[in-house]
Amino acid sequence: MKILVPIKRVIDYNVRVQLKRDNSGVQTDGVKMSINPFDEIAVEEALRIKERGDAEEVIVVSIGAKVCEQQIRNALAMGADRGILVETDDAVQPLGAARILQKIREEEGTDLVIMGKQAIDDDCNQTGQMLAAISNLPQATFGSKVELANGKATVTREVDEGLEVIEVDLPAIITTDLRLNEPRFVKMPDIMKAKKKPLDVKPLADLGVEMPPALENTGYAPPPKREGGKKVESVEELVEAMKNKGVL
Amino acid sequence: MDATEDEFALLTETGRRKLPTPPQQNNHGNVIVSLGSLCQRLAEQAEALEIDVFPGFPAAEALIEDGKVIGVRCGDMGLEKDSQFGEKPGPNYAPGVDIHAKLTVLAEGCRGSVSKQLIREFELDKDAEPQTYGLGFKELWQLPEGRVKPGRIEHTLGWPLQSGTYGGSFLYHLDEDRVYVGFIVGLDYEHPEFKPFEAFQQFKHHPSVKQLLEGGEIVSSGARTVVKGGLQSLPKMDIPGAMLIGDAAGTLNFAKIKGVHMALKSGMLAADHYIATAESSGWDAAFRKSDAAKELKKVRNIAPGFKKGMWFGLVNAAFETVTMGLAPWTLKHGKPDWKKLQKLDEAGDVPQHIGERDLPPKDRLASVYFAATEHDESQPPHLKISDTDICIDRCTEEYGNPCERFCPAGVYEIVETDGERRMQVNAANCVHCKACDIKDPYEIITWTTPEGGSGPNYQNL
Repeated sequence: MKILVPIKRVIDYNVRVQLKRDNSGVQTDGVKMSINPFDEIAVEEALRIKERGDAEEVIVVSIGAKVCEQQIRNALAMGADRGILVETDDAVQPLGAARILQKIREEEGTDLVIMGKQAIDDDCNQTGQMLAAISNLPQATFGSKVELANGKATVTREVDEGLEVIEVDLPAIITTDLRLNEPRFVKMPDIMKAKKKPLDVKPLADLGVEMPPALENTGYAPPPKREGGKKVESVEELVEAMKNKGVL
Repeated sequence: MDATEDEFALLTETGRRKLPTPPQQNNHGNVIVSLGSLCQRLAEQAEALEIDVFPGFPAAEALIEDGKVIGVRCGDMGLEKDSQFGEKPGPNYAPGVDIHAKLTVLAEGCRGSVSKQLIREFELDKDAEPQTYGLGFKELWQLPEGRVKPGRIEHTLGWPLQSGTYGGSFLYHLDEDRVYVGFIVGLDYEHPEFKPFEAFQQFKHHPSVKQLLEGGEIVSSGARTVVKGGLQSLPKMDIPGAMLIGDAAGTLNFAKIKGVHMALKSGMLAADHYIATAESSGWDAAFRKSDAAKELKKVRNIAPGFKKGMWFGLVNAAFETVTMGLAPWTLKHGKPDWKKLQKLDEAGDVPQHIGERDLPPKDRLASVYFAATEHDESQPPHLKISDTDICIDRCTEEYGNPCERFCPAGVYEIVETDGERRMQVNAANCVHCKACDIKDPYEIITWTTPEGGSGPNYQNL
């Protein structure tokens, strides 16, 4: 079995995200970039499946500029077997990404796609579902536990009411939730080995995927500033203040 | 950003008097860059030459065999804390690898962990004056349009520091309405109740600075110690199998308040030496013969002059500048910084003015937020205190726990629960400045390397 893991290069989760001076977008200059944390969990899960003997190959794919190779190499250092970069300098929207991934999935003939439930930059939470729809495959989203047996995947999902367990036929699309696993640390010798692992770069244009923009960005704005609090002396004053704010 | 104009000024509480710019402070031909971005760029250049760079793998200790350094051991990953100061391997535990090398070059910056170990074990500083340090703060501000004069550099001495405390400010005007504002305090300050962080914040409220910053926003902030001992504090820079370069040894030129050029140069000279001789021995002598060492020799007496007060310091600095350091004497630093603290009962009033302030950040924790520092909560504290009883009993009485004040991130906190006082180490807030390792008066705090990848995430600082 082959597992395909799509990963996205995003601003590191520790960075305080800031807007560009003219509010034309998010400041990425001089900012640390990493694998989207949910995608890293997906890579880890694919590796664990392979280590259990349930898969032969883990292929990592990313879509974006040449610099995304850094994140692919990182996933290869974790233990993935090879990487594919679909190279484009343009921003890719969820539907476009799903179409590209569908194409790669077909080319590679992978039985299972494991990917993050969402990217922490746009928080869309759409690509996995769209990929399942256009591939006409079952989907199991927000997985916090994944078990494979007899051509089926049993996935535990975190839902509002608690945990839901579903079974899907393979091939399928699984998206990962935070508690699925804790990704391993990359080891130094593996970073050296990762440099020699195959990484194909395919220009987006060569894939022949139609990507009409489905979304239009109308603007960016920082969240409203939090105003300082105020100490009150008595309950009466508190009630008065709340009335004035219109919350009572 | 090219440096365009310099100003050197002396502050009083409300006044500002321009002084002639000392030649060391003349920045003509220099550029203002983010050190973080510079390092990133250098790493890219190195990688393009097929040199492996491993960010996120700190060298934790030197490997020594038969009196020779044979490499370094990296820090363990995935340790978890066990009780207050213990540790145990977690589920993802990965022990640190040993890297063996014919030559280990230590470029750890000020107070590097491995350099500190080697300086002690090989007594590299036995013929040198004690190293002295400064604690620097830096903030990047985004200001309203039109206030910034790109390329302008300002330095001040004086207020809010009183004459016996050495330090001063810097202000670099950048493009896009941004400025770097910062302050350095000599860690040889004496009063245990002195608060370096507050000195910086007070400085920002000087009328001449506040009018610039008011209405602006902080983009990022950080703190780091710097070495300022100069030539007389430079340890021997070679050991069998290893060389010290840059601020791991202490090549910073404090009269210029610049270390980057010296660090780069010492690295280049060290490379030249190794290529020529294929061994580490002789590196110390080679450095001391270089133009870089001559630059340090010229200014060697400027910083120690300030321990006799700011006015003596200024006059001495002028003399040393005019004579280009040719005076036959070399001023001493005296005691190391950690021994300079006075006990509470000997110290008089705190030599510090702390007034109202309204510019951000409101306190140290708010400042840490702008450093975006991160340490996995489950990892054992990387700040080791060898005996916390000393904190609670002796230090409280003798010095009033100065760690609560000198730490720029509020890491150290004496907390009281059920009538019992204990030392709490908020290691996750640490911005890796290393002031505690330097200034703690009993030398019981050791800064060790945390799990790889932890620490501040400075943005364009």
